[in-house]
Amino acid sequence: MNDIVLQTRGLTKAFGSLVACDDVSLSLNRGEIHAVIGPNGAGKSTLIAQICGGLKPDTGHVEFLGQNIEGLNTRQRALAGLGRTFQVSALAMEDTVLQNAILGALGSSGNTWRFFKNAMKDTDLRERAEHALKRVGLDDSLEMRTAELSHGQRRQLEVAIALTLNPKTFVMDEPMAGLGSEGSRKLTGLLDGLREEAPILLVEHDMDAVFALADRISVLVYGKIIATGTVDQIRNNAAVREAYLGEED
Amino acid sequence: MINERHFNSFMIAIFIIVPAWAYINDEPFTITLMTRAVVFALAAVGLNIALGIGGLVSFGHAAFFGMGGYAMGILAFHAQSFTPIIETPFLLEGTKSMPIIWLVAIALSALLALAIGALSLRTSGVYFIMITLAFAQMMYFFSISWSAYGGEDGLSIYVRNGFPGLNTLDPIQFYLIAFVILAFALFLFARISNSPFGLALNAARQSEQRVETVGLNTQRIRLVAFVMSGAVTGLAGALFADLNRFVSPTMFSWQLSGEIIVFIIIGGVGRLFGPVVGALVFVALEHFLGELSDFWHIYLGLLLLIIVLFGKGGIIGLICGRQRAHE
Repeated sequence: MNDIVLQTRGLTKAFGSLVACDDVSLSLNRGEIHAVIGPNGAGKSTLIAQICGGLKPDTGHVEFLGQNIEGLNTRQRALAGLGRTFQVSALAMEDTVLQNAILGALGSSGNTWRFFKNAMKDTDLRERAEHALKRVGLDDSLEMRTAELSHGQRRQLEVAIALTLNPKTFVMDEPMAGLGSEGSRKLTGLLDGLREEAPILLVEHDMDAVFALADRISVLVYGKIIATGTVDQIRNNAAVREAYLGEED
Repeated sequence: MINERHFNSFMIAIFIIVPAWAYINDEPFTITLMTRAVVFALAAVGLNIALGIGGLVSFGHAAFFGMGGYAMGILAFHAQSFTPIIETPFLLEGTKSMPIIWLVAIALSALLALAIGALSLRTSGVYFIMITLAFAQMMYFFSISWSAYGGEDGLSIYVRNGFPGLNTLDPIQFYLIAFVILAFALFLFARISNSPFGLALNAARQSEQRVETVGLNTQRIRLVAFVMSGAVTGLAGALFADLNRFVSPTMFSWQLSGEIIVFIIIGGVGRLFGPVVGALVFVALEHFLGELSDFWHIYLGLLLLIIVLFGKGGIIGLICGRQRAHE
């Protein structure tokens, strides 16, 4: 099982009497997109926060590339290769698109302690930033202020920043949220090509995207994983239909 | 809208033409006023690193201003009274040399900023404002109770400190010293704000989560910014003390912390020349309105109100429009 990149083992997190995450064990293999779906309040965000270091689980732990990473904070997990995108875009809104991407390149270069060189004229940072922006299709809006981007473009930028970090895995929190069908289709195409580079743990609400992309799907309901399997297995799973998919039909 | 670069050049011209005019017409008081504006601007350029780029609203920068002032006061006091500062374990004597005093002022304020920053940066928002205020107040009451250096009365330095090759008692020469230092500080500010460090500091102000997620340590970046910020304001304090040839606990007062913030807000937060414009307007109001009434701060308050309500980017924002995202 050397193919496992990311593994959670028995993650449990309670807020008072509400168990937001109940003994969640799931794995992400090399080259796959593993989607986590579930109705609102199922504990998807709590799960992501525990994987990325924002929340400490009550019990259980996360293994990344075979190492227990419980001792690492958000920043250290990012440096270890966890590339995260946020449900609500976390971007420097006053800065340009290029500046945001350069910030990402700066993070992985590790050398923030330069006070005199112009960051925008650093060819190494700039090349990596522009390369990532080109891949997500933002290379014609380099000088635009991030605040002026459309919702979908901000999503693309989030992915671009994650790309500049050369991550070993992506953790994406509802990247399709708030996108129109056109934006959603574009982003689906982008993510489809990323899985070979680094596997994606995709927490998502958009069923079309999930069914189009995922190699495996886990269904989270009330903090518990009630089923894990391929797209077809999940589609035909009676418990899943009742808990989740039934609502949408 | 006027191009910001042109406006900045215009400001530099004011700071050259007005003192030159005053020098030719033998108006030393005007030169002293301009020196005051330059020194205040320098103090605010320091704060602008923390507040403007980093979004750290320090309400305690008087701590560094006063630290620089007392560094000058104590060194010069011992030099003029021919007494050593300490004799054991080693002999430490005072000095009247400006360059040495500046270095000491910078070093001590940087150390103080390191200590205050390390503790204060654990908090954010209004708590950060309050804790920096609390530290400055500690320094204030400490200086009041330290009677060896004048306590509440402060310290008078009879002769201005010396700079090799210059007659510092000549107002225009002292002005030039302060002006060159301010120009150098503005140059550093411009470089820093465009550097990788400045990019990260600026992004941390907008989204801390983003900066942490790319693997950068926001706390350490902010602490370094705070130390640089305190060091520059400390240097301004040393110059201010030399300008007045007098140091007192007032330099540590919370009013002063507030004034430094006001300079930046009037001029434009985070703008290169924001502190310069703000300090100049402040000194001008203080002089012209101060002649009319002791309560001239009412007008300052009105101006501040107008700027906060109608011009988010301060006077520079009103004249030059929004800040460009990068040069």
